[in-house]
Amino acid sequence: MSVVFRGGNIVTNEGVVHADLVVQGGQISGIGSGLAAKEVVDISGLTVFPGFVDLHAHLREPGREDTETIETGSRAGAKGGYTAVIAMPNTNPAQDNVPTIEFVRLQGQRAGLLEVIPSGCITMGREGKALAPMAELAKVGVKLFTDDGSGVQDPLLMRRAMEYSKELNVVLGQHCEVSSLTQGAVMHECGCSSDLGVPGWPSIAEELMVHRDIELARLTGARIHFLHLSTAGSVELVRQAKLDGLPVTAEVTPHHLSLTAELLRGFDATFKVNPPLRTISDIDALKAGVLDGTIDAIATDHAPHARRDKELPLDQAPPGMLGLETALGVTCAALDLDPLAIAQVMSVAPARIAGIVDRQGNLPRVGVAANLCFVDLNATWMINPETMASKSTNTPFVGRQLRGKVVHTMFNGDLVVRDGEALK
Amino acid sequence: MKHIRSISEIGKAGVLAIVERAKQMSEINSRPVPKVPALRGKTVVSLFLEDSTRTRLSFETAAKRLSAETMNFSVSTSSVNKGESLRDTIETISDMGVDAFVVRHKSSGIPWQIEQWTDASIINAGDGAHQHPTQALVDCFTVSEAFGVDSFEGLTISIVGDIRHSRVARSNVEAFAMLGAKVIIVAPSTLLPPDVGHWPVTISNDIDDVIGTTDILYMLRLQSERMDQGLIPNLSEYGNRFGLTEKRVSQLPLNARIMHPGPMNRGVEMQVDPSHLSQSLIHRQVANGVSVRMAVLFTALTLNDDRDHAIQGLSKEAAQ
Ligand SMILES: [Zn+2]
Ligand SMILES: [Zn+2]
Repeated sequence: MSVVFRGGNIVTNEGVVHADLVVQGGQISGIGSGLAAKEVVDISGLTVFPGFVDLHAHLREPGREDTETIETGSRAGAKGGYTAVIAMPNTNPAQDNVPTIEFVRLQGQRAGLLEVIPSGCITMGREGKALAPMAELAKVGVKLFTDDGSGVQDPLLMRRAMEYSKELNVVLGQHCEVSSLTQGAVMHECGCSSDLGVPGWPSIAEELMVHRDIELARLTGARIHFLHLSTAGSVELVRQAKLDGLPVTAEVTPHHLSLTAELLRGFDATFKVNPPLRTISDIDALKAGVLDGTIDAIATDHAPHARRDKELPLDQAPPGMLGLETALGVTCAALDLDPLAIAQVMSVAPARIAGIVDRQGNLPRVGVAANLCFVDLNATWMINPETMASKSTNTPFVGRQLRGKVVHTMFNGDLVVRDGEALK
Repeated sequence: MKHIRSISEIGKAGVLAIVERAKQMSEINSRPVPKVPALRGKTVVSLFLEDSTRTRLSFETAAKRLSAETMNFSVSTSSVNKGESLRDTIETISDMGVDAFVVRHKSSGIPWQIEQWTDASIINAGDGAHQHPTQALVDCFTVSEAFGVDSFEGLTISIVGDIRHSRVARSNVEAFAMLGAKVIIVAPSTLLPPDVGHWPVTISNDIDDVIGTTDILYMLRLQSERMDQGLIPNLSEYGNRFGLTEKRVSQLPLNARIMHPGPMNRGVEMQVDPSHLSQSLIHRQVANGVSVRMAVLFTALTLNDDRDHAIQGLSKEAAQ
């Protein structure tokens, strides 16, 4: 079975080339003009990217299958152009043991829409008290460890985790939040939180941990990846650390590039997220960080929640928002990126950080796995929560104009999304 | 005005109108039978998910004097505590046919969240540390009565205490400033909200700096849990620095007045017995509570009615 995608703009190492692309046997078998195959798909006007790689998604299975399953989350990801998603470990049970890791991976294979890559916990039960069996988990393929949902508070334990991770050649992902500074926090600490009479989540609570972990990386030489950075100060700390040659990487979410704390004025918990939405000047600094390479990757922090949980009072509602289906559209609406830069932050860099470049995050060329997405970069569109693939509807982007729409997604040589519709 | 939720939503004209209406209500309250048929046929539900007997009674009395039917859901009787969501509770009660919810909740924002689940008017009787608009209206009415003015131009009002956690402070800062007062908030930095440069106030950390030029000293309750949270070292240090002592009372200008929204914390922010203070407006605040809440209910519930007919209802001698 072979298929030719005819007349697209292909993002390659040599730049964007107008050509046909043939896929056969799960691999790209040809790029050129006038190519033929059994099946023909006209992709004129579309841009061909390596399938996107999300470093950060909460797929909720096992534990909260009422809000998302690995299947529905995979479908949401595929519709968003993703061919690989790192599943965060704050499941129930947590991903601190081999059977749970294997289960998550297997559920991903069963769904067959993209590659679900389980992350592992840094500490047992994500409780921040004792190290998880990282070597055991690394042996079954875990390459990214994180306690996401919370940060590792104890500096001694974090130092140990870094030392241990280095010998395993894995990367630690930190959710940067000094929790004693964010007790009961509902939103960014600012004039708005003071007006609303809710406890604030100050920028310093993130920056202190970013700073601590940069210094621990300097001390140990371990690789640290900063999850969902949200403040101007964090961007500056990472920029300096990179200038110092430290092995640090960072991600930002589409929502932190586009939404501000002011949205909480209506007390709608859809806009409650951790770390919180911040200010315009933070957004500007985060954008500058993406543009100058300080921030390596766009990651969704896709966090489905049940409607009844998001309808709780603002101070009790859980933080988090959907991201997989809107990531590209929100990012392109917020930031003017050329196709190569999009490929870099959505696919190439995250695949490198996740350690999966053998099969993901490669710019199209003959011989690489056919993990691709086909995007109409000029399309403007709006999200409709009713037609989303996610089991939950907590998207903050209703009513906003998005730019750039995923039309087809191919995973390991199979078209899993065609004309915006999931095929399974 | 369908909802009474925050001072900024009510606006200056709304505040003045409610204060004016409250004067009429206070005349009704001075009658031998203080009851009029203005809200006959209307149903007012008080939904108090945080205890406050004082405010609840004040609202229920106000509703009854206007001949509204009242229903009462309190913390103990409410099914919200039995796993039913707030949405379910609001929708169920709305289905019974109610005209207004009077809501008190420990979380900020509840009056805005429940708007989507009911067509009834929503009266905010206090939401978290956010707003307590009827208290601010009571206080504006009380100041207006004590000083014989509608505009607070030229008055200096110092609000002293736990501004950070106080919904009364947030509503009163807005309302007092709206009516023209110079407002000073006085507290240790730990009890001030962060980044409030945009509030129409002057900020002070020292009560003794402001007391000599203050026309109204508005004391806030200090809850002892602020000590457990590490916001103040201990209650006595707080009392010494920010409490109302005999000495401080003596430093107030001649015609200055003292207010407190209650309940008071004797020996902490109030180190003097307010009943011995000629300057105290605290009893007037309580007494005016019912009149102002009558004005609030009337304002919210006669929105779509024939105004003239409704106002006639106010002048009837008594409800039949
Ligand atoms: Zn996180
Ligand atoms: Zn997360």
